[in-house]
Amino acid sequence: MIRDITIGQYYPADSLLHRLDPRVKLLGTLVFIVSLFIADSWLGYVLAAAFLALMIRLSNVPLKFMLRGLKAVMILLLISVGFNIFLTDGEHVLLEFWIIKITWEGVKQALFMGTRLIFLIMGSSLMTLTTTPNQLTDGLETGLGFLKKIHVPIHEIAMMMSIALRFIPILIEETDKIMKAQMARGADFETGGLIQKAKALVPILVPLFISSFRRATDLAMAMEARCYNGGDRTKMKPLKYETRDYITYVVFAIYLALMILVGRL
Amino acid sequence: MIELKNINYTYGGGTTQQIHALKDVSLQIPDGQFIGLIGHTGSGKSTLIQHLNGLVKATSGDILYNGQSIYAEGFSMKGLRSKVGLVFQYPEHQLFETDVFTDVCFGPKNLGLDAEEIRARAREALDLVGLDESYDKVSPFELSGGQKRRVAIAGVLAMKPDVLILDEPTAGLDPKGRDEILDQVAKLHRERGITVVLVSHSMEDVAKYVDRIIVMNHGQVAFDGVPKEVFRHYQELETMGLAAPQVTYIVQALRAKGFPIGEDITTVEEAKAAILQVVGGKR
Amino acid sequence: MGIIKASKLIYEYIKRDEEGNPEGVNRAVDQVDIDIQPGQFVAILGHNGSGKSTLAKHMNALLLPTEGTIWVGDKDTSLEDNLWDVRRTAGMVFQNPDNQIIGTVVEEDVGFGPENLAVPTQEIWKRVDRSLEAVGMTAYRYHSPNKLSGGQKQRVAIAGIMAMKPRCIVLDEPTAMLDPNGRKEVIRTVRELNRAEGITVILITHYMEEVIEADRVYVMDGGRVVMEGTPKEVFARTEELKGYRLDVPQVTELAWELKKAGLPLTDGILTIDDFVDEILAIHQKSGK
Repeated sequence: MIRDITIGQYYPADSLLHRLDPRVKLLGTLVFIVSLFIADSWLGYVLAAAFLALMIRLSNVPLKFMLRGLKAVMILLLISVGFNIFLTDGEHVLLEFWIIKITWEGVKQALFMGTRLIFLIMGSSLMTLTTTPNQLTDGLETGLGFLKKIHVPIHEIAMMMSIALRFIPILIEETDKIMKAQMARGADFETGGLIQKAKALVPILVPLFISSFRRATDLAMAMEARCYNGGDRTKMKPLKYETRDYITYVVFAIYLALMILVGRL
Repeated sequence: MIELKNINYTYGGGTTQQIHALKDVSLQIPDGQFIGLIGHTGSGKSTLIQHLNGLVKATSGDILYNGQSIYAEGFSMKGLRSKVGLVFQYPEHQLFETDVFTDVCFGPKNLGLDAEEIRARAREALDLVGLDESYDKVSPFELSGGQKRRVAIAGVLAMKPDVLILDEPTAGLDPKGRDEILDQVAKLHRERGITVVLVSHSMEDVAKYVDRIIVMNHGQVAFDGVPKEVFRHYQELETMGLAAPQVTYIVQALRAKGFPIGEDITTVEEAKAAILQVVGGKR
Repeated sequence: MGIIKASKLIYEYIKRDEEGNPEGVNRAVDQVDIDIQPGQFVAILGHNGSGKSTLAKHMNALLLPTEGTIWVGDKDTSLEDNLWDVRRTAGMVFQNPDNQIIGTVVEEDVGFGPENLAVPTQEIWKRVDRSLEAVGMTAYRYHSPNKLSGGQKQRVAIAGIMAMKPRCIVLDEPTAMLDPNGRKEVIRTVRELNRAEGITVILITHYMEEVIEADRVYVMDGGRVVMEGTPKEVFARTEELKGYRLDVPQVTELAWELKKAGLPLTDGILTIDDFVDEILAIHQKSGK
């Protein structure tokens, strides 16, 4: 289950999307998310779907892989859909008993909300799937470089993000090992009430925290030994816009314009 | 007695490549044996031991513990895990309590024993690994690598298992620490008659102690026999990324040059005796 | 003067109890004198807790001496201004392969060091190419480090240091967490770098079979250097080594045992070939 989370994972492949400048992808993702909130009609969603489908196609990431990532956020999705169905008031009542009232508006709202969420997750995971964490942080660092002027430590934030992303898979694996080691000592993570279950987590969390701290000190030392001081650095892969990046910006602009237009209809 | 019948285990599939980690493995582990389980990383040995206490479920095949299928409905996995104790490679993965004694109590506590029995078992387990009362109140995180490993082993011993499986108990220890742990385990086996399965990369480490070696390669049992039988295949072992103890190579090199020495020598002591028999010494 | 030289080096740290109050002073490195010549392959042996890792961290100015001095490439590490020169001269590879790789792609990790040194982009690429080539990891340059074996990860870490063009590499127990194949892989790589590139190598380890081909061996115990010499000289003192919680290869052990039993063998036999030759010579003589 925990392994199914694809957000933040990188899918190595060679595609147009993989080659794009991360700043383009970051802004593109932002544009896409904004467009989802502009869309308020079926036509808008169809357009967004078509655009998303095109991007997935261009990314060479298997659709199956992306859908698997959705599974992990299913609960969140169901909750928000549920809220919309049950809590939206409207004129066209479809079903009513006791205190529950389901209206056509609610269903519509829920469908929109569900689609929006799915698209949002797929859109943003498409970005992380096609961008290495390093590129991503580079993109953020350069793209948000102007924030440095107001003393936001953007390089440090970017570095922290990239390290976090590198260690997520390692820590997931480690959690698995710790769970097994404790299960071998008769630990039970499945039965019992909420409090008992929470208590059962202690034997997992303590070793995990201790190991994480250890990793952090080790890593800090390794970075220091490699002359890292956060100061003047050059880049192995400096970000440079290519023609395809400019074209993509234009494509995104057209897309956004279309979405606004459709929204106005 | 643990009996594995045609165990297969596959994982992955879907978008990733399917991996066949265990292929039709059949084995018997009778009570009281001291077994060395050898294989390089990815040979399936770690997967195999996790089958023995039900942490990983076979894709097909059956495992019998004292004649009972562990996959049968109503079979208590918790009960099995207390009888087939598994100590993982890194003690850091299981130590979590504020002091050594409480940490060792974790296993028996999970078995639902009463407080007195829990304490008695923890004390006994710590004695078995050679840690006296002076360690009881020490934080497990302040111990040396070798001591941590002892506490981890005690944590499993406190459940009074019939079978003790140790996954590379000597990794990262210095030579003396390695010998101390292995001697302790050998003593346990000798004095308690407990069945021991020692997982290792190193033939040299296990040759001295075990009475049976199982070699895993590509998810299958490649060799299974007494050490000297297995080491006879030293050339095949090399193709599996393993090596016989250095002493095997010494003996082979001597034989190749016409020195009259027997083939089945697996330890330094045996080699010493055999060479002295030929050339004579003071004693 | 050698590339790394320590004189009366002492490192002490304050032991604290649970509340953080000082309990006493622990001396991890005690009066160490070493002098390592450029181009040498030096091994520092010792059991866990003998102070060998603490000493290693001084060679990279990760720790600074409490007393005494250590010079790396003529620079006193205790002077703040020398810090980056010291780290550039002596690169450091650590024990846990996972905890020293920063990049999420192999080649990006190798580029991390040169980036920190503000090396121009084109030059970084050249160095990354060369370093990956030197450790034989070019085929994996686009891979994620998480998918590599332990030995491969350590080779990436070594490439990451090589890309900084140090004169000297200090490896702090690089094989302790590896399986035998990974261990061999790393040692072969390091030896090749020493031979082909003339890099000074300082290998910290407790695996005796890794030091057989070293030019010089130091043995540490209780923070002190207790033995020093060529591998042959050091291994000749088998009993003493055992006293320091260390071990000798089986062939050395066997030769030593036979010698104790009265066979006229030379001290510190390190290879099977030498052993076989000597035994055969004895056999022929006794046969006559």
